[in-house]
Amino acid sequence: MSHDPTASSVASPGRQAALPQLAAATSESRLARLTLTITALAFVALFLLLPLAAVFTEALRKGPAEFVAALGDAETFSAIRLTLTVAAIAVPLNLVFGVAAAWAIAKFEFKGKAFLTTLIDLPFSVSPVISGLVFVLLFGSHSLIGPWLQSHGIQILFAVPGLVLATVFVTFPFVARELIPLMQEQGSSDEEAALSLGASGWQTFWHVTLPNIKWGLLYGVLLCNARAMGEFGAVSVVSGHIRGETNTMPLQVEILYNEYNFVAAFAVAALLALLALITLILKTALEIRYSAEIAASRRH
Amino acid sequence: MDVRVHNIRKEFGRFPALDDVSLDIRSGELIALLGPSGSGKTTLLRLVAGLESPTGGTIFFGDEDASQKTVQQRNIGFVFQHYALFRHMTVLDNVAFGLKVRPGHRRPPAAEIRKRALDLLELVQLSGLDKRYPAQLSGGQRQRVALARAMAVEPNVLLLDEPFGALDAQVRKELRKWLREIHDRTGHTTIFVTHDQEEALELADRVVVMSKGAIEQVGTPDEIYDHPVSPFVYGFIGQSNCLAVTLQNGEIWFEDRPIGLRAPAEPDGPANLHFRPHDIELIDGCGGCLAGLVTASRRVAGTRHLELDLGRTHPPVEIELPPERAAAGDHSRIAFRPTKWKLFRDGERQAVVAEAKSESSPIEMQEPTLVAQAS
Repeated sequence: MSHDPTASSVASPGRQAALPQLAAATSESRLARLTLTITALAFVALFLLLPLAAVFTEALRKGPAEFVAALGDAETFSAIRLTLTVAAIAVPLNLVFGVAAAWAIAKFEFKGKAFLTTLIDLPFSVSPVISGLVFVLLFGSHSLIGPWLQSHGIQILFAVPGLVLATVFVTFPFVARELIPLMQEQGSSDEEAALSLGASGWQTFWHVTLPNIKWGLLYGVLLCNARAMGEFGAVSVVSGHIRGETNTMPLQVEILYNEYNFVAAFAVAALLALLALITLILKTALEIRYSAEIAASRRH
Repeated sequence: MDVRVHNIRKEFGRFPALDDVSLDIRSGELIALLGPSGSGKTTLLRLVAGLESPTGGTIFFGDEDASQKTVQQRNIGFVFQHYALFRHMTVLDNVAFGLKVRPGHRRPPAAEIRKRALDLLELVQLSGLDKRYPAQLSGGQRQRVALARAMAVEPNVLLLDEPFGALDAQVRKELRKWLREIHDRTGHTTIFVTHDQEEALELADRVVVMSKGAIEQVGTPDEIYDHPVSPFVYGFIGQSNCLAVTLQNGEIWFEDRPIGLRAPAEPDGPANLHFRPHDIELIDGCGGCLAGLVTASRRVAGTRHLELDLGRTHPPVEIELPPERAAAGDHSRIAFRPTKWKLFRDGERQAVVAEAKSESSPIEMQEPTLVAQAS
């Protein structure tokens, strides 16, 4: 952070020449570095790039025309639309919940804080299938409120509300987890400064807190979105697999695959992968574009 | 605006951070809250600001009861140790923030806000840096931006929490002088917190010495240094020695002999003798004095510091002499007598027992800790 003028004068050419060329204490030998690099790259290639390449190859095996036709299928198209709808509802909800939870945990002391922090991690530690089952037990026809919902014509399971609930539950930790350490590190003095200058609570949040956390928030939202679109387990349980109605993209991939319709299955899979890739590229592009500002906001 | 703190108490959980503290600050004063960490000085500052609310007691700004008001309504300027500048805003926007967030009817027009912010940047000698971001400034510059930002709202009182604590020694010294100048020019009532006694004594009109959640002494730097009212202040401000002595018939005894100091009208019994290293005189031929072997000797600027072993279990005593008078080497024996000193008596609350030794000056302190003094 500080550009210390003495630092450069110490490393004057004269002194440097006088010193023997010793490697820094933390640097490894060439061989060790090479081995580590190759191991990491091989791992990435084997477990990340190869499957991705396989998905795209399979999808385009019978040419781009088939690929486009597969995506144009009415049921597939409805699955794409449903996935986008669910993500469009679930992600903003978790944005709000996540900011609220992180704010409460990072800036306030209250009873049950440790409990809340643990609860936020719950969706990560519970199998998604169980997350889905929870909603079936809660809203199913044999549950306590199931009959009441039915008599009032409210459909939660096997409909969009159920899908949204399951997705919200599974993707809940992403935004909060990203923000809590960031907000804790930043402390409350920026907010206190704003309040002491006469800003209202809302002005403080809008002009001070939000700009301080915006990069962490964006990252959390992108991850949350990627997971919301790709979620399979929990959604599978509450969806009911009604074709053209409650099948999301991951579910549609499974159905098509089970029907040996490989080109279509991989076409949808490729599209899903593409959405994830776009998310990552977007994030990287933003990081490069605003690298200086991100670095500044992480400093004290 | 004058600030009056009345019987303020603050507890965090069940731990008392401030215990029944009262303090009157006159309009335009520059006040230092000085104390070791955990003494409650920052808590007191934050209570005045309204960033914390007291468990009991009231705080007045002028005649208004400020303790009923929120931090926004109190209209204070607060400067944080780590600046707390808004990192995503330029220097100019930082300074203008307090004016920009005002509700419409109290907000000056944009052009005037800009002009006032620029004027303040000139006052803190940062003209031309208005378009920079905080990350592009040095620590000293950031703290000056923080001060300009706090002054922009024309605060009733300016509160600074260890304002120079995060800066290196050189910058600290400069900013200290500079803060004094700014204060003399703008005349804001200012309270600053510090654990650095040099800073407090040099900068403040009056110093409030705090310890363990209570105020030990309030006074000008001279009063604090020359007339400490408690053993704590004696020990905390400047250098001092403390010797366990006994009173016998109005005479002060160290171990088995009188040392030539008198505290008449004092009851017999043990007491503690406090004196500063430079308030001593050397004596030839000891007929009632303190004497010890020189165990260490250091030259510090214009004086020589000698460490004396008075024997047995007593901690070493430090005295300061002009270098030419301390020519003798180690292990020589030195006899001396304090010229300015005070007696304090141990106990739960140390009780008044004595008058001053010789001279006419009466004891001016009512604090129960004072026992005897001489100057």
